[in-house]
Amino acid sequence: MSDLPQSDELFARIDHRPSGPDWMDTPANIRKGMYCYAANPKSVKALGLPHAREWNPLDDDWKLPENWQEIIHQGFKERLERFRSFKVFMDICVRCGACADKCHFFLGGGDPKNMPVLRAELLRSVYRNDFTAAGKIFGKLAGARPLTADVLKEWWYYFFQCTECRRCSVFCPYGIDTAEITIMGRELLNLLGLNIDWIATPVANCYRTGNHLGIQPHAFKDMLEFFVDDIEEITGVRMNPSFNRKGAEILFVTPSGDVFADPGTYTCMGYMMLFHYLQDLGLDITWSTYASEGGNFGFFTSHETMKRLNAKMYAEAKRLGVKWILGGECGHMWRVITQYMATMNGPAEFLDAPVSPITGTRFENAKSTKMVHITEFLADLIKHDKLNLDPSRNDNLVVTYHDSCNPARGMGLLEEPRYVIRNVCNHFYEMPSNTIREKTFCCGSGAGLNAGEDMELRMVGGLPRANAVKHVHEKYGVNMLACICAIDRAVFPALMDYWVPEVGVTGVSELVANALILPGEKARTTNLRGEPLPGMEEEDAE
Amino acid sequence: MNRNYIVSFLAILVLALIAYLGVEALGLDVLFGIILPYLALIVFAAGFVYRILDWARSPVPFRIPSTCGQQKSLPWIKSSKIENPSGKLGVVIRMALEIFCFRSLFRNSKARVSDGGKLSYEMEKWLWLGAIAFHYSFLVVLIRHLRFFTEPVPFWVRIVESLDGFLQIGLPGVLLSGVLLLAAVFYLFLRRLFIPQLKYISLGSDFFPLFLIMGIATTGLLMRYFTKVDVTAAKALAMGLVTFRPTVPAGIDGIFYVHLFFVCVLLAYFPFSKLMHLGGIFLSPTRNVTGNSREVYHVNPWNYPVKVHTYPEYEEEFRDKMIEAGLPVEKE
Repeated sequence: MSDLPQSDELFARIDHRPSGPDWMDTPANIRKGMYCYAANPKSVKALGLPHAREWNPLDDDWKLPENWQEIIHQGFKERLERFRSFKVFMDICVRCGACADKCHFFLGGGDPKNMPVLRAELLRSVYRNDFTAAGKIFGKLAGARPLTADVLKEWWYYFFQCTECRRCSVFCPYGIDTAEITIMGRELLNLLGLNIDWIATPVANCYRTGNHLGIQPHAFKDMLEFFVDDIEEITGVRMNPSFNRKGAEILFVTPSGDVFADPGTYTCMGYMMLFHYLQDLGLDITWSTYASEGGNFGFFTSHETMKRLNAKMYAEAKRLGVKWILGGECGHMWRVITQYMATMNGPAEFLDAPVSPITGTRFENAKSTKMVHITEFLADLIKHDKLNLDPSRNDNLVVTYHDSCNPARGMGLLEEPRYVIRNVCNHFYEMPSNTIREKTFCCGSGAGLNAGEDMELRMVGGLPRANAVKHVHEKYGVNMLACICAIDRAVFPALMDYWVPEVGVTGVSELVANALILPGEKARTTNLRGEPLPGMEEEDAE
Repeated sequence: MNRNYIVSFLAILVLALIAYLGVEALGLDVLFGIILPYLALIVFAAGFVYRILDWARSPVPFRIPSTCGQQKSLPWIKSSKIENPSGKLGVVIRMALEIFCFRSLFRNSKARVSDGGKLSYEMEKWLWLGAIAFHYSFLVVLIRHLRFFTEPVPFWVRIVESLDGFLQIGLPGVLLSGVLLLAAVFYLFLRRLFIPQLKYISLGSDFFPLFLIMGIATTGLLMRYFTKVDVTAAKALAMGLVTFRPTVPAGIDGIFYVHLFFVCVLLAYFPFSKLMHLGGIFLSPTRNVTGNSREVYHVNPWNYPVKVHTYPEYEEEFRDKMIEAGLPVEKE
């Protein structure tokens, strides 16, 4: 952290005009603050992934297996045969440059290889060399180059400087999706054991304990029971969450980050209060310690690893005999659920099409996956007037909403969270239209890059988002950034501190819980964070 | 100086010389007027089909549309049927908008860093406009050229031509498309020369087709307005090609063969280059699939079983702790 430049210094450094020699002749300069540590070999081994070893990105020798070029070539070929997206995206880019200034890492840092087009060219150049006639004949003129150790290092550096947010794909005239390119690039790197530890270790944890943080079942229960005490203190009402309960109607899965660290913990308390409130109205829901992770860092490793971790959701739903699954607020978790889960681990014929037990609404849009997003569930409840809400309890907040990348561009979940926020907050303002909805900017730390050692990278990548927050902070006095992603909740506090101090971060469910009037609650004087409610500042002081 | 465009430019000059001298000095008009056009056409057709089939051979294992609008969820929330299509019709319209209107390119913006510590994004339609001008003028030029390959000339070709010449200036009348094509191609070239980001990413294979099309347009304009090619002879050659009774009429000058040779090179080069975006755009999985993967089960043809950490394995490791914490277990 101490090496991180001041924010105005970092901003002044931005230059979007690349110059200098040909990019192919410019090897990557792996710089402190801009990369994550290498994977711990124990974590790589835990899943039986290949070539686990100690290595250091700053060393010259990455201790690659002897036939590494052959492994990559073969891996490349297999993926071209398996994914039409990959093959088409390798071939059809015309380098029109529309994507160049759409990437948050390029906008915030100006490194030309963070232009999506060049990030993809890192792979394409090798593809042309190995697999196309033009590349073989014309070489560098046709944009081809052989795979050398320097090229491999460049891949590693830049594929772990992409958060797979897909913003560039919205602007690409052919829909070329850099997330697909990065996913393939990372898969290839993983064939050589070149993961980062911030991904590999959560993956190993999740495989064994059911969640990224490695929380064991008894501890998971303890943590939630700790929240029960907190909630009782604030509201006077005691929750009674159930765990691994067979015969429940609904299984609830959310990212473990919300169990673990502020401000996600308040979102987690929000879920618990909502479920408690709905209990009398007929909600029968259970948490699971085995499937205690909604997120999936396997997605940032390989398709196969993603599948291996994701399998637990359906497996647990089947074991417990629930009818359907409710999912909490998380970004990439919902990309995986929406675009991969049923295909990989389904069809989930042992589950029913989700029906809200309170409103009777059948979630037709989720009838195959059998999993409903908490804001869809909430929006339906509010629409049917099933929640007793007092939005004035959030009157000290001036809220803006950050569309998390994956629910926005991998799902289209845009209106539901806004509808919920508008019903639980009186002061809501949108950020500029070029920075929200399908054009939303990434937090800068997604896809497994939310480590501590790459703080400069995170501040660079988060700049466009923070800058839009700053705009509404100055214009409307926005002091709270709402989001529906656990990584957002984990990384935004640092980003806001750096670029827009005085703006807090919250999950949507926390806002709901603050406004939600629980039957039999005492006169509440504070919100879930223990801060005085509007008009209660003096009571609190007494 | 940039090697990428210098080499591409020189390559075009050499190609022009080959055709010009080949016909004018060596008398190879059969080669340039008959053999190469047929060869180029075969390479183009076979290559194009091969590339499409090759792409199509790889499956689409997952539905990965880039959703650019509200999903279809609760009935009272208005969904974006085109930008995030949940049905086939929406996909067709989305694709049509991409292919005919360059929808995604139309979203383009330009980022600016301002002194007040702000990033801002402004509308940027020049690239979209240049691309539209280039592709549509090229299309009109192509349609107009059908008059050389048909007898009688279909009425719709005549209509396109008369619309194209609506300005009614000059003799022969100026056709807008040819001039626009050259201007648009020149604009696309200048972008690559003067916008630093574009300059940095451009390859030789980005400049080559631009120069080639510039060459085609320039020789075409030269023939029509300045050297006044013998149109009857040119048509006789073209009709010979399409009726498989090829002839090389006398009286066609070298410039025509340069024009024709450029077109042949473009056709033969097409399937092996980025120009295949013409075919690829139809197959792009982020645009051409429905966004209903939560509603309708999608099959991955190569889905294979993987090793997972099962619940019994999990309980085996943590059973004592679970019992102590009061968590239900399968085996006491």
